[in-house]
Amino acid sequence: MNIHEYQAKKLLANYGVPIPRGGVAHSATEAIYQSNELGGNQWIVKAQLHSGARGKAGGVKLCKSHNEISEFCDQLLGNNLVTNQTGPQGKMVSSIYVEEASDITKELYFSIILDRASQKVTLIASTEGGMDIEKVAEETPEKITKIVIDPAVGMQPFQSRQLAFTLDLPNEVVGAASRAVMKCYRAFRDTDANLLEINPLVLTSDNRILAIDAKMTFDSNALYRRPEIFEFRDKTQEDPRETNAAEHDLSYIGLDGNIGCIINGAGLAMATMDMIQHAGGEPANFLDIGGGASSERVATSIELVLSDKNVEAILINIFAGINRCDWVAQGIVDLLNKREVDIPLVVRLSGTNVEKGQKILRDSGKKVITADTLADAAYKVVDAWKSNK
Amino acid sequence: MSIFIDEKTPVLVQGITGRIGSFHAKEMIDYGTNVVAGVTPGKGGTTHLGKPVFNTVHEAVKETGAEASIVFVPPAYAGDGIMEAAESGIKYCVSITDGIPTHDMIRVKRYINSAQPEERMVLTGPNCAGTISPGKAMMGIMPGHIYMKGSVGLIGRSGTLGYEAASQMKELGIGISTAVGIGGDPINGSSFLEILKHFESDDETEAVLIIGEIGGPQEAEAADYFQKNMSKPMAAYIAGLTAPPGRLMGHAGAIVSSSGESAAEKVEILEEAGIMVAPTPSDMGITMAKLLKKA
Repeated sequence: MNIHEYQAKKLLANYGVPIPRGGVAHSATEAIYQSNELGGNQWIVKAQLHSGARGKAGGVKLCKSHNEISEFCDQLLGNNLVTNQTGPQGKMVSSIYVEEASDITKELYFSIILDRASQKVTLIASTEGGMDIEKVAEETPEKITKIVIDPAVGMQPFQSRQLAFTLDLPNEVVGAASRAVMKCYRAFRDTDANLLEINPLVLTSDNRILAIDAKMTFDSNALYRRPEIFEFRDKTQEDPRETNAAEHDLSYIGLDGNIGCIINGAGLAMATMDMIQHAGGEPANFLDIGGGASSERVATSIELVLSDKNVEAILINIFAGINRCDWVAQGIVDLLNKREVDIPLVVRLSGTNVEKGQKILRDSGKKVITADTLADAAYKVVDAWKSNK
Repeated sequence: MSIFIDEKTPVLVQGITGRIGSFHAKEMIDYGTNVVAGVTPGKGGTTHLGKPVFNTVHEAVKETGAEASIVFVPPAYAGDGIMEAAESGIKYCVSITDGIPTHDMIRVKRYINSAQPEERMVLTGPNCAGTISPGKAMMGIMPGHIYMKGSVGLIGRSGTLGYEAASQMKELGIGISTAVGIGGDPINGSSFLEILKHFESDDETEAVLIIGEIGGPQEAEAADYFQKNMSKPMAAYIAGLTAPPGRLMGHAGAIVSSSGESAAEKVEILEEAGIMVAPTPSDMGITMAKLLKKA
């Protein structure tokens, strides 16, 4: 689960990580109020949406008057902002964060990740703040420090010192940087975070360490024990189709193609999408209905895929292990008895009770195109889609 | 014997009295697996599916000599169940559970790895379909009948895509020595590489098929190991060519988050190492047939 920058900063501040003073606003009036609370004569005003690269997309501005703040808010609040991470439709700016401007002398990079190679929590830091860290890692790997944490004992003070001393900081600031790093680690550990990224972590002209940006994501599988994190959820940042699917315990991701997909198992779903593309079509979605697919789940899934207006044909590919092909077939027939489906529907069943399932589809008299293999199914759905256009 | 399990391996089912554990324990027994006992805390002393139920894994191992365990425990408690198996002297453990918190799995791995290498339990999964040595024994939730007995080792992150591969091979008369699901989570018990080592030294395995997907470094590690250490031929398929970067594709581990993690990049890495890669998921069986013919 993703959260907003202002939420991540609030969380980190609770752990004692130094952040600039700031306040969140949902209207221009509120934003001006926040700037008055902060005082001073210039403020960093930042659009809040679940995406990085907001600066480049015009979502961050240094404002020097109330008029500028007001204009910026009117322009962004409630509208979608397109960044290079949001996709072409962008994401809605649901709030504005007003922050005091800081006098920065050095920009650093700092993050904590669950490293899949070492299979441990790993801290990454670099003197090259504000940059794309992947690029730094590729071009100048010597500028990156990695510290791997032993899960049995957790992070130790010597590790945060090790890291802080690689950052080219004045000696009198190393202690503060080291403490900030340790506090970030504690916040990461206590909240079942997947990622914590501070880019940039800065040194100010008065020798303070500050987290200027903050991005945190959390393990959805652990939210049951982190109710305080779950409260940060912002549904305006989610694709409503995905939210709706999640409520039915289905794993759905909307894409840009025309062929709706309903598959059991994430790997088989990805493979089926690949096969559709190979056959000359484009998948409209990823949809994994899970290992055990009952009649009801199949029917709900078809409804869900049909609710996407871009869908012009549907492929159902079920390899029955725990579940049974006859249940799946019954789910399809039940739905077709309930409502008209006027686009091509291709069904490939395999595994347990496949003959029974195919018989149910045949005997129903419904317009269903059946396929025997994965390739057969992909070519049939693409052909049917093309000839139906 | 086959890697990990055969018809003699005494198997324990953790969570045997639960709805899912009970259903699959019965399927496993029907397949011929030597299920010797179950564990459900609080139900010790009772009998389920004709097998004794114990309160703790420790007790079950002491009384029955169980060597392998399959864990059907809800996600919040599964990590605990796996560690209990490791502590009790279980040699091989399969975790089916989907949705175990990642921070829990990091601790679980640290706990397992704190044992001496020769004493260390092998864990496969979580979030997998399990392991089957066709015709001998099954520890998992797969439909046993789609697997033909033979000499190809199969390793996959995805359950149903593994079924797809097994049935394509069966159609072509190609059988499987053992099929191992390593699961779709970012932190898993065993990687492709670790299972490859077992297949390399297994007399019953002549060739290996690995089924990978987007996300993580484990396919690249497998390619490196293959190039340097393997004498047996290997084929592969990678799912997710159409998956957009930065999006989680169902599996908690299926996400392209850094370079080298996309399907196209993985295919390139595998091919460079001399592994035959199936161009589409419907070519997994044919690719293996070609590989065996060449060998």
